[in-house]
Amino acid sequence: MDVSQYLEIFIDETKEHLENLNNQLLILEKEPENKDTIDEIFRAAHSLKGMAGTMGYKRMQRLTHDMENVFMEVREGRMKVNPNLVDIVFQCLDALEEYLSCIMETSDEGTNENEPIIARLKDVLVKEGNKTNEPAEAKQGQKETEKEKTENAGYHDVVLTDFERHAANEAVKMGMRYYGVTVKIEESCILKSARAFLVFKNIEPLGEVIRSEPSAQDIEDEKFENEFSLFIISRDSLEKILEAVGNISEIKSVEGEELPAPEYTEEAKTTEAVVENIEKPVQEVVKEEPVVAAKKPVAPTTGTGQTPAQHQQSSGKPVVNRSVRVDIEKLDVLMNLVSELITAKNGIVSVSESEKSETAQSIREQVEYLESITTNLHESVMKVRMVPIESVVSRFPRMIRDLSKKLNKKMELYMSGEDTELDRTVIDEIGDPLMHILRNSADHGLESAEIRKERGKPEVGSIFLDAYQDGNNVVIEVRDDGNGIDIEQVRRKALEKGTITPEQANNMDDKAFLDLLFRPSFSTSEKVTEVSGRGVGLDVVKTKIEGLGGDIEVKTELTVGTTFVIRLPLTLAIIQALMVILGDEKYAIPLNTIQTIEDISVGDIKYIRGKEVISFRENVIPLIRLSDVLDIEQTEKVENLIVVIIQKGDKKAGLVVDELIGQQEIVIKTLGKYLNNNKLLSGATILGDGEVALILDVNTLL
Amino acid sequence: MEQQKIELGEKKVLDVKQFIVTKIGKEQYGINIQYVNNIVRMQKITRVPKAQYYYKGVINLRGEIIPIMSLRLKFELEEIEYTKDTRIIIVKTDKQNSVGIIVDAVSEVVTLDEEHMEKPTVDGSESRMQYIAMLGKHEGTLISIINIGSIISEID
Repeated sequence: MDVSQYLEIFIDETKEHLENLNNQLLILEKEPENKDTIDEIFRAAHSLKGMAGTMGYKRMQRLTHDMENVFMEVREGRMKVNPNLVDIVFQCLDALEEYLSCIMETSDEGTNENEPIIARLKDVLVKEGNKTNEPAEAKQGQKETEKEKTENAGYHDVVLTDFERHAANEAVKMGMRYYGVTVKIEESCILKSARAFLVFKNIEPLGEVIRSEPSAQDIEDEKFENEFSLFIISRDSLEKILEAVGNISEIKSVEGEELPAPEYTEEAKTTEAVVENIEKPVQEVVKEEPVVAAKKPVAPTTGTGQTPAQHQQSSGKPVVNRSVRVDIEKLDVLMNLVSELITAKNGIVSVSESEKSETAQSIREQVEYLESITTNLHESVMKVRMVPIESVVSRFPRMIRDLSKKLNKKMELYMSGEDTELDRTVIDEIGDPLMHILRNSADHGLESAEIRKERGKPEVGSIFLDAYQDGNNVVIEVRDDGNGIDIEQVRRKALEKGTITPEQANNMDDKAFLDLLFRPSFSTSEKVTEVSGRGVGLDVVKTKIEGLGGDIEVKTELTVGTTFVIRLPLTLAIIQALMVILGDEKYAIPLNTIQTIEDISVGDIKYIRGKEVISFRENVIPLIRLSDVLDIEQTEKVENLIVVIIQKGDKKAGLVVDELIGQQEIVIKTLGKYLNNNKLLSGATILGDGEVALILDVNTLL
Repeated sequence: MEQQKIELGEKKVLDVKQFIVTKIGKEQYGINIQYVNNIVRMQKITRVPKAQYYYKGVINLRGEIIPIMSLRLKFELEEIEYTKDTRIIIVKTDKQNSVGIIVDAVSEVVTLDEEHMEKPTVDGSESRMQYIAMLGKHEGTLISIINIGSIISEID
């Protein structure tokens, strides 16, 4: 069977399962007795096994199979969860992740058998579990769980046609067995018909499906709710069939039983616990209608005899969001089109504004309408591209756990705001910088247990990761309650390494020293550890974050802790900007960096160390003459300066501009890789009249 | 550039390449047509502060921002006034990046085979020779074939 078309689904689901397993395992480590967690892990391992098997990834299947066996024992209470077991399972997950990344690259699982891990799993089973035959155990467990549910199965409601009953009867006479099976697919499943197809495919070698409800055609067309029933004649055991079906992923449950030859259906059913089902089906048998039995008058709310749709409603499950998976490239195309649309709209705006006639007035009204539509359209497309940062941060608890073991320090990661959303492109890039900062906190930030005790701190160090939206920005804070950064030590190191001269050092405040940490190859750690301390890191972190249009700052207090604050823009492609004129050139300043615009008379300019400053709201802030920075010839001297006050984090500055044009929505375009502009510019945009305006990068100006 | 020879019976068919012939002053420079995306007339160029001296700025070409280089400045020649013949040759350097090259004029497209091309003799006296990949002969004139990779690289 060709399964390549399901590869993407497989990869996505495997990722989800592995993430889930990681999380559950972390919980289990803390609460070894948590029954729900154990069940969840067992289920996830089981689905992984089934998925890998279907896709033909034998090594992956084998590993998950052994993992499942171990948790089978745990689930049955024959084995206790201990740190050793958790460690092994974590190793399993790593190995599985390896398989997965291999599959993603080559669509093949690779050749690593992971024998040592499998051996350790087996070892655990033998030593700590009952020395029973493992696969049999697994099967038996499955059977038990299925038995419990059999009463609810939907196949009781299906009425067979004469022909079908005849066929089944004949088969039974020939010594075959006759089963009724109901398969439930998970509500979140996207390709239900594909799953159903796999069900049919897996049953095929074992037996013959004589009847399905809904019909095979309807199932193929996805005209069914989340469950369907099958009647099968087979020479194999029920267990075998149930296992074949149960191994398929996204199958929520599969229930079935061996039925007696169908001519005796009515009598047989009376022996079951479905007495109330009886009357209606009989009537329908008489009418020979191959339909699902209607809801019975006797017990309409028990859920037993209802049609699948009603069954789902009554089960009280939350309605799952309807969603589609879309290739990110398609979204990029859509985004580009929206950008083009906004550029075109800006073109119309500038034309209509230059006209003074009456028709121009009505055009302007329409343009305003168009403007609100494009803005909404842009926002909607942006929202589609937004992804919760959960997808990035969810791997951190595991990382901290491993670090904790490696560094032999006790620590705990607390996260909040995982549902904060960021643009997909930012999400893809932010993982590594965050990981770096967390490693830093774990290694350098947190003190050893002894020192913590001396300082009266709890033995277990805390690292916090908080994400929240702040206006047009998303802020991610990584905070630890560790040692803090010793600024004196930074100063000493900087002088030692010649990063700064003693004169410079005298003029630097604490903040300036902290900024040194973001210089390339600057590390204050006394020793280089496996985790960090080599002095590569924070500079890379800073470059990456600034590359995303964000910034990072650090706050620290000695012996109390350190906080890294990362600020990221919500969107990348389209921003609101203030358009200004310098000489005869136009520039854009991102609006989110602007605090206010002030008129300053030349007489109010003061000088500190030969540099122009102004006082602004009781602060002294530097004045930057953009025309000097941008090599624009200044023609006339003016008495009153237009000063745009910009702010990033705690830093402020006043930018002197010649003229203001106004606020505009601009599409950021890259300047390409060939132009060297000393990072003064973050890109360019195309104005309504087709002219190009450059976008100032405020980060480098401050 | 590796030349591929295809055997056809007893005759050897030589690999041929097409070049856009441009003029800087009286000299002819050829640009391999496979890199050329477009040739446009002179238009308003937005200056980019702090860029390399031979970049005049950027233009908007159908919604794309393209950096524009003056070949005269790159070759350390004097700049001249733009005329009605001045053209910008848009060269696609890779999937995402393009560069526009300002030339005095574009004259024709020529087809040269390898017999009519030779390696330039190394002459250190003229700095611009480092940007010349081959010398082509066409109807009695010389065409210097520009090495696109070398004029856009950052090493200078």
